[in-house]
Amino acid sequence: MLRGMTSARLIALFLFGCALLNFPLLALWDKDATILGVPLFPAALFIIWAGMIAVLAWLMETDER
Amino acid sequence: MISSSIVIAASFLYVLILFAVAWFGDKRAAEGRSIIASPWVYALSMAVYCTAWTYFGSVGRAANTGMWFLPIYLGPMLAMILAWIVLRKMIRIAKTYRITSIADFISSRYGKSRMLASLVTLITVVGIVPYIALQLKAISSGYAILTTPLGEPRPEMGLRLGDSTLYIALALAGFTIMFGTRHLDTTERHEGMVAAIAFESIVKLVAFLAVGIFVVYGVFNGVGDLFTQALADETLKPLLMLGQGTKEFAYPQWFALTLLAMLSVIFLPRQFQVMVVENVDERHLKRASWVFPLYLLLINLFVLPIAIGGLLFFGQGQADPDYFVLSLPLAHGYEWLALFVFVGGLSAATGMVIVEAIAVSTMVCNDLVMPFLLRTERFGSRASGDLTGLLLMIRRIAILGILLLGYLYFRVAGEAYALVSIGLISFAAVAQFAPAMLGGMYWKAGNRQGALTGLLIGFALWTYTLLLPSLVKSGWLDTGFMTEGLFGLAWLKPEQLFGLQGLDNLTHALFWSLFANIGAYVLVSLWTRPEAREASQALLFVDVFERTASTHPVFWQGRAKLSDLRNLTERFLGADKTERLLTDYARRLGLIQAKDIPANAQLVQYVETQLAGAIGTGSARMMVASVVEEEQLDLDDVMRILEEASQLRAYSKALEEKSLSLEKATSELRTANEQLKSLDKLKDDFMSSVTHELRTPLTSIRAFTEMMLDDDEMEADQRRQFLEIVVGEAERLGRLVNQVLDMAKIEAGHAEWHSSDVDIQSVVQQAVNSISGMYLENGLSLTLHSGTASIAPIRADPDRLMQVMLNLLSNAAKFVPHPGGKVDVYITDAPEGVTVAVQDNGKGIAQHEQEQVFEKFRQAGEFSDRPQGTGLGLPISRQIVEHFGGRMWLESELGAGARFSFFLPRLNEAQQLEITEEENR
Repeated sequence: MLRGMTSARLIALFLFGCALLNFPLLALWDKDATILGVPLFPAALFIIWAGMIAVLAWLMETDER
Repeated sequence: MISSSIVIAASFLYVLILFAVAWFGDKRAAEGRSIIASPWVYALSMAVYCTAWTYFGSVGRAANTGMWFLPIYLGPMLAMILAWIVLRKMIRIAKTYRITSIADFISSRYGKSRMLASLVTLITVVGIVPYIALQLKAISSGYAILTTPLGEPRPEMGLRLGDSTLYIALALAGFTIMFGTRHLDTTERHEGMVAAIAFESIVKLVAFLAVGIFVVYGVFNGVGDLFTQALADETLKPLLMLGQGTKEFAYPQWFALTLLAMLSVIFLPRQFQVMVVENVDERHLKRASWVFPLYLLLINLFVLPIAIGGLLFFGQGQADPDYFVLSLPLAHGYEWLALFVFVGGLSAATGMVIVEAIAVSTMVCNDLVMPFLLRTERFGSRASGDLTGLLLMIRRIAILGILLLGYLYFRVAGEAYALVSIGLISFAAVAQFAPAMLGGMYWKAGNRQGALTGLLIGFALWTYTLLLPSLVKSGWLDTGFMTEGLFGLAWLKPEQLFGLQGLDNLTHALFWSLFANIGAYVLVSLWTRPEAREASQALLFVDVFERTASTHPVFWQGRAKLSDLRNLTERFLGADKTERLLTDYARRLGLIQAKDIPANAQLVQYVETQLAGAIGTGSARMMVASVVEEEQLDLDDVMRILEEASQLRAYSKALEEKSLSLEKATSELRTANEQLKSLDKLKDDFMSSVTHELRTPLTSIRAFTEMMLDDDEMEADQRRQFLEIVVGEAERLGRLVNQVLDMAKIEAGHAEWHSSDVDIQSVVQQAVNSISGMYLENGLSLTLHSGTASIAPIRADPDRLMQVMLNLLSNAAKFVPHPGGKVDVYITDAPEGVTVAVQDNGKGIAQHEQEQVFEKFRQAGEFSDRPQGTGLGLPISRQIVEHFGGRMWLESELGAGARFSFFLPRLNEAQQLEITEEENR
C-alpha cells in the first residue's frame, strides 16, 4: 500500500515540477528584482530546483520499505 | 601560460591516479568487498552525465543566452523523480535477462531481433560520434589555451591543433581499452571503471567549484558585486532576465530541451551503462535519485557567475566564453588553479569517453559484428576454439574506431559549432530510443515491426533535419540543400520540414523525429500481429515485477544435449567459467555433479542468458538455436506456456494457502483437544464427586441398617433413632440424585420450564415465608427489604425462581453464626430488570474462592468445616438465572459477610420467543 503511495507521490511531484518549470509559471519570475544580490529569474530557478531535490529526498528516505 | 610539458605531465599523472583507483576497485571487487556498493558512489558515477560540455560548454552557453544552459540539467532532475519507478524496472529487467546495453534491451524485448539490435547500434554510433568529437575538441582547445602565451591569439585550427587532437583521441582509446576490455564478464560489469568514474566526478566538481569561488570572490567582491555590475551593463542585463529584452521567450524550445535532457539522462549509452548495467543493488537508486540531481545543482551553481564574470572582465566577443574557466584564472596569474581546472575538464571528458566507448563497443561487438561473423558459414564451422580472445579484440577495435570517428567529425564539423550545439545533436539521436524502450516496458502490444519502423523513421528524420544541416553549416555540403530544400522543393527544407516554421532547428528536429517515431511505433504495433517470441518477451518485460525466479515461464520447446550446450558456452566464455556456471546451476537444482543436469528448457534458457551477457541477446539466441533441436513456437504455445506458468504460480499459491489453513486447523484441533481433555477431567471429577457424595449417606444407611439387623434385641427407642437417621440419609440421597438429574437436564437443555409473567416480589415473599420457620428455630433473623411500589412482572418460571431463592436463603442460614445470624433480602427494580440480593453476616468468602462456589461440588472453606449440602445448589441456581437471560454473582470479603445477588432482565418479545423456543426444544 505504502509503495503504491510512494509511486503516486513521485508522479505527482514529477507533474508539479514539469508545471513549475514551464510556461506559464516560469513567467512569474520575469521581474526586475534581486534576491540577496542575485537576479530573480536565476535565483528562482535554483530555488525551485533545490526545493524539488528536498521533496524527492524526503520521499525517498522516509519510506523504508 | 603553462609549458606544454607540465600540462602533459599533469595529465599523465592524473591518468595514473585514475588507474590506481580502478585497480583498487577491481582488487576489492575480487575480494568480495566492493567499494562501489554504495548509493553515494552510484550517484557519483551517474554524474558521468556531466562531460566537457557541462564543464566548458555550459559557461559558453550562459554567456550567450543566459539561463538557457539550465534545461539540460532540469530535465535530469525531473527524470530522476521517476527513477524509482522507471529506472528500477529497467534495472530489474536488465538483471533478470542479463541485458548489457540499450541495443540488447530493445532487441530482447522485441523477440530477440538481431535486426533491431543492429539498427539501434548503428543509430548509437552515428549519434554518439559528435559527442565524442565534443570531448576531443574541449581537451585540445583547453590544452591550446593553457599553453598559449597570454595576449597572443590562439593558434587557429591548423596542423598543430589537429595533430594534438589525434594524439588525444589515440591516447583516450588506449586508456579506454586498458580500462574496459581487460577481461570478459558475462554481466559486463566493470567495478574498477565505476570507481574511477566516481573519483572523476569528485575531481570535476571540486575543480569547477574552485574556479567558481575564485571568480566570485577573487575577481569580484562576492555575488552581489558581480550581479550589480552585470545589471548596470545594458548588454549583460538581458542575460539575467527571462525575456532577454526584446526577444520573446521561446517556451517550446525550453520545453524541448528539458524533454531532451530528460530522455538523454536515461538513454545515453553511458548513462544506461552506469545506471543500469553497473548497478550493484537496486535499492541504491533511492538515495542516488536525489543525490545525483543535487550534484547537478552544485556543479551548475557557478556557471552563470563565471559566464557573467568573464564577460565583464574580458568584454563581449574578446575571449571564447567556452573556456572562461581557464582564461579567467590565467589572466589573473593563477596558473596552478588553471591547471587544476584543466585536470577537472580532463576528468569530465575522459570519464565520458571511457564509459561511452565501452558501452558502444559492447554494442558494436555483440549486436553488429558477432551476428555477422556467426552467420558466415566459414566462421561458424571453423571457429571451434575459445572465442573470448576474439570478442575482446573486436571490442578493442571498436573503441579505437569510435574515437577515430569522433576525431573525423571534429575535423569535419568541429570548429563550426559551439560545444553545446554538438552535444544536442547526440541527445536528439538517443532520444529516438525512448518510444521503443518505454513502450516496451509498459505496453505489451508494442511489437517488433512497430519499433523497427519507428526507429527507422525517427533516425531518418534526425539525420535529415539535424545531422545533415550540421554538415552543411560546416561547409561540407551544398548550402542550396538548406535554403532551397532537397531537389529545390521548398517543403523539404531540412529546418522547415513540410513548411513547419517558428521553431528553432533543434526543437523542429526533435518534434518531427519523435512525432514520427512514436506515431509509427504505435500505429504499426496496432496494425500488425506480433510473433510468438515477441509476445512472450513482451510479457516477460512488462510484468517483470510480478514474477519470481521460481515461476518464470520458459518459452522454449525442443530437445537439447548438455554436452552441446557446454561446448557452446566454452567457446564464448572459456572452460573455467563454463565449469563454474554449470556447477552453480547444478547446485541450485540440488544436484551434486554438473553432468546430472537435465537438458530441459530451463537449462537452455540459462545457457542462453549467460551467453547473452557476453555476445548479446540476438547472437546468443542464434548460437543456442544452432546446437539444439528446436520446435517452432507459435502464439498458442506461448499462451499455453504462460498458462502453465500462471497455473504453477496459482498452484504454489494454493499450496501455500492450504498449508496455512492446515496449520490453522491443526492449532484449532489442538485447542479443541485440550478443551476436551479438560472437559473429560471435569467429568471425571464430577463422577468421583458424585460417587463420593453418594457413598457417604449410603455408608451410614448401611451401617445403621446392619446394626439393626444384627441386633434383634435393640431397644425400640434406639431403633427408632437409627431409623430416623436412615430416613434422613435416604432423603439426602434422594435430594442429591434429584439435583444431579436436574443439573444434567438443565445442562443438556432437557429441563422442563413453565414460564409465565411472574411477580417477583410475591415469589421472594413466599420463599421468605416458607423458610422463616427454620430461621426462627435456629435463632436467626431474616428481613425482606422491598420498596412499596409494585414491580412490573418478569417473564420466568416461578417454581424455579422459588428454588433459587430457597437455595440462597438456606445457604445463608448455614454460614451465619448460630445464634446471632442476620440475613437481609433486598429487591431493587430498574427499567431493564430486577435485582435480588441476599446479604448475610457470616465470615465471608475469600476473593480467590468466590468464583469456585459456583462450580459443582465445590464449597467454600476448608473441607473439615464444610456445612452440610450437596454442592450443587449454587451451580443450579446460576444455571436457572442464566436461562432467563440474567446473571448471578457474589460480592464478599473475608469477615464482612457475603452478598449473593441475581439479576433478571426484562426481555423484549423476540428474546422471550427465543427462550420459549429453547424451552420447547
